[in-house]
Amino acid sequence: MLHIENISKTFNPGTITEKVALKNVSLHLDPGDFVTVIGGNGAGKSTLMNSIAGTFGVDTGKIIIDGTDITKWPEHKRAKFIGRVFQDPMMGTAANMQIEENLAIASRRGRVPTLRWSSPASQREKFREQLKTLNLGLEDRLESKVGLLSGGQRQALTLLMATLVEPKLLLLDEHTAALDPKTAAQVLALTNDIVNKRKLTTLMITHNMKDALACGNRLIMLHNGHILIDVKGEEKKNLTIKDLLAMFEKAAGSEMNSDALLLS
Amino acid sequence: MDLIIPTISQGLLWSLLAIGVYITFRVLDIADLTVEGSFPLGAATAASCLIAGWSPIPAIIVAAFAGMVSGIVTGLLCTKLKIPALLAGILTMIALYSVNLHIMQKANIALLQVDTIFSLYALDGVSQGNMILIIGLITVVLLSVACYVFFGTEIGAAIRATGCNQHMIRANGINTDITIILGLLLSNGLVAVSGALVAQAQGFADVGMGVGTIVIGLASVIIGEVIFGTRSFKNCLISVILGSIVYRAVIAIVLQMGMPPNDLKLFTAILVAIALSMPLFQAKFKKRKVAD
Repeated sequence: MLHIENISKTFNPGTITEKVALKNVSLHLDPGDFVTVIGGNGAGKSTLMNSIAGTFGVDTGKIIIDGTDITKWPEHKRAKFIGRVFQDPMMGTAANMQIEENLAIASRRGRVPTLRWSSPASQREKFREQLKTLNLGLEDRLESKVGLLSGGQRQALTLLMATLVEPKLLLLDEHTAALDPKTAAQVLALTNDIVNKRKLTTLMITHNMKDALACGNRLIMLHNGHILIDVKGEEKKNLTIKDLLAMFEKAAGSEMNSDALLLS
Repeated sequence: MDLIIPTISQGLLWSLLAIGVYITFRVLDIADLTVEGSFPLGAATAASCLIAGWSPIPAIIVAAFAGMVSGIVTGLLCTKLKIPALLAGILTMIALYSVNLHIMQKANIALLQVDTIFSLYALDGVSQGNMILIIGLITVVLLSVACYVFFGTEIGAAIRATGCNQHMIRANGINTDITIILGLLLSNGLVAVSGALVAQAQGFADVGMGVGTIVIGLASVIIGEVIFGTRSFKNCLISVILGSIVYRAVIAIVLQMGMPPNDLKLFTAILVAIALSMPLFQAKFKKRKVAD
């Protein structure tokens, strides 16, 4: 479903702040793969995510989704294939607009907007049904502005919006990191529910190793801009944090000491 | 008392400018200074057309198109060339000064010898002043309803979302360059119509008539929002129109009280500065109330 070939990205090349964020990364996701991505700060997780989403272009390499080469596509065009939830709960929704208006926009993801009425009453029932699945009582608040919702509610809504039109690839960029532990667990449970039920091909960045092990069928660890560890299937199922750290130590060697953040 | 009708008429004609400023300043979240050029552009274009023998309605439509083009120019400068929006607007505004002189071929055009929209369609027994009120009201109702409908469509919703959260709307597949350009186009089209109507009402177009229009627009928007509320888009549009009328009333009152007309712009600037800082004072006031 997602095929990445040798992508590299360097920020501020040729200057004193030059930062090699991705080095020849290749990755292949089969349809229905749910991949969790971990790695310390500066490992390249977000750069990988943003390269796929098209926030910026890559220096070399190819990004292919479902047979279509999207390497040169601008961000808004890629939205046809990609659903996204951001780390910042403020980023995925339009705060000044109603829940219904946000859903209406998401229900047209990847389609050119027309002069038809944006939120026709005929969609309302469908939106209500879908909001009900979130179990947050939002189905009775279609006309509330999204800015009135809590961070967790907004993240749940963004998740619903990102999957309203079935994406070929779902990108979750540490989408529970800014939430309190209880809300984070709720949003994560919801994520598992949606992704597993609909077998969405998903890439999920997380800071939490426990979550990374508990979710999905495959785990990759990025380190200094390349994929250091890649485990899947049975092997991943039986993996523990201790195993993971041992694997990391073995693979990264002495680099371990400088990456204390990984343990947090 | 005899000032009431002219005040309301002025407020209505200028309210189209206020709606234009509302679209950029509030909906798109851009402070667009193009209006300082597109307002006299509308006046200059309409006046030149009228002098050339055109009838008023086509003249106003041409003025609207001219305003839209100026909006597109600012839009291209800030999206495609990545010039900050504020600067892009200033560049277009300055360029328009020369353009307006070219269009008029002199610094001002008197419209006393030609039929304007207010004299051509004058009803029997209705004074020119009342005609301005009637035609102003019709135009404002038509255009603000059109605006309301447009911003309720898929494209309109995309423009509103662009001003609110560009990340969100791009992630949903909308090209924000296009929505920004569309918003600026619409805004400056309305501003140019306002200029075209104001020129016809006052009987002349002048190359300098754009000075301070952005501040007048902002004053109307903010006064309207503070007094008449911002619950919904419909509410906001109505607030802005009423805000423009209230602004004219305030000006009429202070002039009546003996303020020299030369101080008008200074007064408006101070008014806007106070209004813009209102939220800060309100927050402080609330805090104190809670503390009590």
